[in-house]
Amino acid sequence: MSLKIVVLAKQVPDTRNVGKDAMNADGTINRAALPAIFNPEDLNALEQALRLKDTHPGSTVTILTMGPGRAAEIIREGLYRGADNGYLLTDRAFAGADTLATSYAIATAIKRINNCDIIIGGRQAIDGDTAQVGPQVAEKLGLSQITYTEEIISVDEATRRITAKRHIDGGVEIVEGPLPIVLTVNGSAAECRPRNAKLVQKYKRALGSQEKAAITKEGAELPYADLYEKRPYLNIAEWSVADVCGDIQECGLSGSPTKVKKIENIIFQAKENKTLTSSDDEMEGLIVELLANHTIG
Amino acid sequence: MNNIFVYCEIEGTTIADVSLELLTKGRKLANELGCQLEAIVAGNNLKDVEKQVLPYGVDRVHIFDEPRLFPYTSLPHTSILVNLFKEEKPQICLMGATVIGRDLGPRVSSALKSGLTADCTQLEIGSHEDKKAGVTYENLLFQIRPAFGGNIVATIVNPEHRPQMATVREGVMKKEILDENYKGEVIRHDVTKYVPEADYVVNVIDRHIEKAKHNLKGSPIVIAGGYGMGSKEGFDKLFELAKELHAEVGGSRAAVDAGFCDHDRQIGQTGVTVHPKLYIACGISGQIQHISGMQDAGIIISVNNDPNAPINTIADYVINGKVEEVVPKLIKYYKKNSK
Repeated sequence: MSLKIVVLAKQVPDTRNVGKDAMNADGTINRAALPAIFNPEDLNALEQALRLKDTHPGSTVTILTMGPGRAAEIIREGLYRGADNGYLLTDRAFAGADTLATSYAIATAIKRINNCDIIIGGRQAIDGDTAQVGPQVAEKLGLSQITYTEEIISVDEATRRITAKRHIDGGVEIVEGPLPIVLTVNGSAAECRPRNAKLVQKYKRALGSQEKAAITKEGAELPYADLYEKRPYLNIAEWSVADVCGDIQECGLSGSPTKVKKIENIIFQAKENKTLTSSDDEMEGLIVELLANHTIG
Repeated sequence: MNNIFVYCEIEGTTIADVSLELLTKGRKLANELGCQLEAIVAGNNLKDVEKQVLPYGVDRVHIFDEPRLFPYTSLPHTSILVNLFKEEKPQICLMGATVIGRDLGPRVSSALKSGLTADCTQLEIGSHEDKKAGVTYENLLFQIRPAFGGNIVATIVNPEHRPQMATVREGVMKKEILDENYKGEVIRHDVTKYVPEADYVVNVIDRHIEKAKHNLKGSPIVIAGGYGMGSKEGFDKLFELAKELHAEVGGSRAAVDAGFCDHDRQIGQTGVTVHPKLYIACGISGQIQHISGMQDAGIIISVNNDPNAPINTIADYVINGKVEEVVPKLIKYYKKNSK
């Protein structure tokens, strides 16, 4: 017996290291200044999946991501670390999706993958920080969920029960529940293993069809074109709404109950301030002043 | 019908502070909308629990008392909210942006196909014009939250779907008792009518809740360090200063990511919100995501060797200097001058 595991992963702009050039003068985001990365907690989720594959021989790990053609990069990164395959959900109809419409698309894709035992993703993505997609996917699939997972302790294939440690407010909790199940993994979980050199060699030419089209757009030849027929695993599968039999009304903007009314660049009211140097006189003066007005006791 | 509902989180038999903060906010929104405020409490052994919530101006409290409802698990609490909301048709539902609220909220919103906005920092009532459709919606909940790593603020509305759902972090709203003797209706529901037996599939087999190691949220003086502290050893200097000043120590997201301090000390949009009378920011540049968690501090001192650090614009005192020089001097002169 073995497990069929799907890892939900997202390509995100690296919002953690936003420099001064990240915002345009008009208050919009300068996406070019932010590198696209593998969402950090999705890497923690991938590690938990790969550990299950290590301890349950014959298990498969599938990466499922949603985004534009260049998000195939996420699947390659997964393959380099030990995933078996991946699917990129990509369709213009997905554009403008809020978390509910995103969850709908992902849930329909998981149904198409079929017979999954464990669906696992990061707790939240660093571009939205909502932590909503995991539980919403679980609800749409009618499955139970374990959020804020720190470690999968065991999976008993005979009883089809999973035991996991959760990181909750002010403590930890050990919970057990039935398969199939949706898990979201906390950033405090084990870090993801690095890329495996052999797997990088094996998969480095893996491309999605949009990536191939981008290369050949200007009339250029696709390098090593014959490889893609000889080695089918180098073709990263792309799915549209139609491929997953989704209802287009439930996708993208039309499937999103929430609307963005307004986006503002944040400007804080500047205060008048006193500027000091670190000289002994000025530091002592500050302490004396704060003591005198009872700011410090 | 069409009232404001607050899901009250519970630890043992005590309602969480964040829920009381939301009841306070919910009361104000209800007054503005001319509707009632209702609370939901689900747990075990909830005799007299209404006494904890009614003083916040709750008109009706819905109690679901059954041994398997505490500790919290996702499915039974989801069924309670989904089935109750199908009957009551609330216009707004608020819950804490806690581990529980962030597990429960999305599941409920998915089942009801209603929108949910996470981690709101402000909630307001207003009107929204959909220019394309030529429709104006009155009395919508404006769900305001920082987005994109805290670099922008977005106002989100749910024009068509109900309830309008939002989560809010602890400490963002202020809790305030309206009237110790506020009279509200208490409804004790038959849990079996709301929760199918099949929902009790996930079992909590062990649980350790530790009392918080610090009181960052309630401390009158907070000293916070950023990436500019340079190292964990550098950061530890702040604890020395904190000991002298009877302060608590927090960190920016960058300091937490770099491993300088524990995750539970993170101040900002995705961490703790603080309202101290004195805030000393050391080596913090002041990303918006950080500032949104401390801007209400009474007096702000910024220690930074970059005179253009964004945090300086909201500071009352700016010390242009190296943190490793300034912090020991503050300790030294405090010791010398305090009696």
